Amino acid sequence: MIKDITIGQFFPGQSPIHKLDPRVKIILTFVFIVIIFFAKTYLGYALIFAYIALAMWLSEVPIRYILRGLKPLLFIIVLTFFINVFFTPGNKVLFQVWVLKFTQEGLRQGVFMALRLILLVIGTSLLTLTTSPISLTDGIERLLQPLQVVRFPAHELAMMMTIALRFIPTLLEETDKIMKAQMARGADFESGNLFQRAKALVPLLVPLFISAFRRADELAMAMESRCYRGGKNRTRMKVLKAARRDYLAVAVTLLLVVGILLDSYVL
Amino acid sequence: MPIVVEHLTHVYMPGSPFESLALDDVSFEIQDGEFVGLIGHTGSGKSTLVQHLNGLLKPTKGRIVVDDIEITSESKVPKRLRQHVGLVFQYPEHQLFEETVYQDIAFGPRNLNLPEDEVERRVREAMALVGLDFEAVKDRSPFEISGGQRRRVAIAGVLAMEPRILILDEPTAGLDPRGRDEILGQIKNLHAQRGMTIILVSHSMEDIARLVDRIIVMNRGRIALMGKPEEVFSHVDELHAMGLGIPQITHVMRGLKARGMDVPDNIYTVEQAVKVILERVRGKKK
Repeated sequence: MIKDITIGQFFPGQSPIHKLDPRVKIILTFVFIVIIFFAKTYLGYALIFAYIALAMWLSEVPIRYILRGLKPLLFIIVLTFFINVFFTPGNKVLFQVWVLKFTQEGLRQGVFMALRLILLVIGTSLLTLTTSPISLTDGIERLLQPLQVVRFPAHELAMMMTIALRFIPTLLEETDKIMKAQMARGADFESGNLFQRAKALVPLLVPLFISAFRRADELAMAMESRCYRGGKNRTRMKVLKAARRDYLAVAVTLLLVVGILLDSYVL
Repeated sequence: MPIVVEHLTHVYMPGSPFESLALDDVSFEIQDGEFVGLIGHTGSGKSTLVQHLNGLLKPTKGRIVVDDIEITSESKVPKRLRQHVGLVFQYPEHQLFEETVYQDIAFGPRNLNLPEDEVERRVREAMALVGLDFEAVKDRSPFEISGGQRRRVAIAGVLAMEPRILILDEPTAGLDPRGRDEILGQIKNLHAQRGMTIILVSHSMEDIARLVDRIIVMNRGRIALMGKPEEVFSHVDELHAMGLGIPQITHVMRGLKARGMDVPDNIYTVEQAVKVILERVRGKKK
């Protein structure tokens, strides 16, 4: 039932992509997202596709897991494609249906927009598929640290994210258990109209909230009794350190950036 | 109505990297009115097993027959199965949600669409069965009574469904010795006086030894041992290898025997032990 949901969609593995420093992965994902919008030719998109295909191959994540992220966005991708096709001004009309002109420029724009969306989803999915939630927050914390100069609570933010992520599986398990316990008492969560279904959730939500508060209370107590007082002067057990593969990944990405910029603006 | 489990196999999240085999070809039968103890280490599959018995989980392979209801991987679970087989989860007090104890216990019977006077009769009876004073607690909030009482309210909530088979998953976890004895005493009564079939999941060898007719030992999703308590507890080394033990009093008796006292080593309850030791000691004096 609920146990079948994978959380944060992390796909455990030992591939080179999994082992990349999370900071590097986050930055490179951002660079990738930005560079997608600089590509203006088919060659440029071919380069980006080669890059992401390499990353997908190295990550050893089954392709259907990566593509699964596209499913909910399929409608938006198709819609974007058609809007761009029909509303891009152009002269080379291929054919015309009523007032909708199907132009070569429009087709090109539509294809590029759809490609951008697909690449965007694949790129970010790859990040979350190959980075465990904990190392993701570690990376974010480290990247936000310079902002502490302007009193930005980087550590607190990361701690909150870590705790929230940590409790997702626990709460899901709890939901599953309470749901089953109420079903054992004849509760029915699956039939009835919207109103009846909403009402059927009360026996699930009340115990869930109570247990969430209880857990939060216990955790706060446990942290305080171990003298937790925020990030100040706190050292880390696992210090993030960039290795050779990280520099290699940066180098490959830089090559892509240079390639795209040359392709779009110089040639 | 006997429970028949045949070649039951259950796989969690098949086809994903998190796939795990929770139950592996489990077969057994439980007769009407039997009191069965189910023991096993954490993750041995006992919770998965009991959830199959009232249709909360469906088998990946194999089948379960309770009364005339058959459950296979494809079958739709009829609601009356949940009514026949009452399942009390671990820490059942975490499922309480209503404003008053009465309302909470009435949740199950009301889901059966029973008339209100029948609901009240069932609530009264269920509360009596777990030793709660109807007038004194019925209007209190389930969140302001003590932990032991909360657990009883939760068990009463299941009993109010009037199941003929009752499964309890660690009903005494986290209770003080007195609360534990009271709950176990009430379970014993349900079995003795009402003739209910009871399946007790527990870590405590003492509780199991004292109460049950038969023990099923689970290990890594399989049935490792099955039989009467004295049979099962004679496999000391195997139980130890599974991270389980034998009742403490059995350890004491085995120790006494090893030190040369003439006592049997198949004693599983303190009462028996007291009797045997007194006999020996008095015998010596004469």
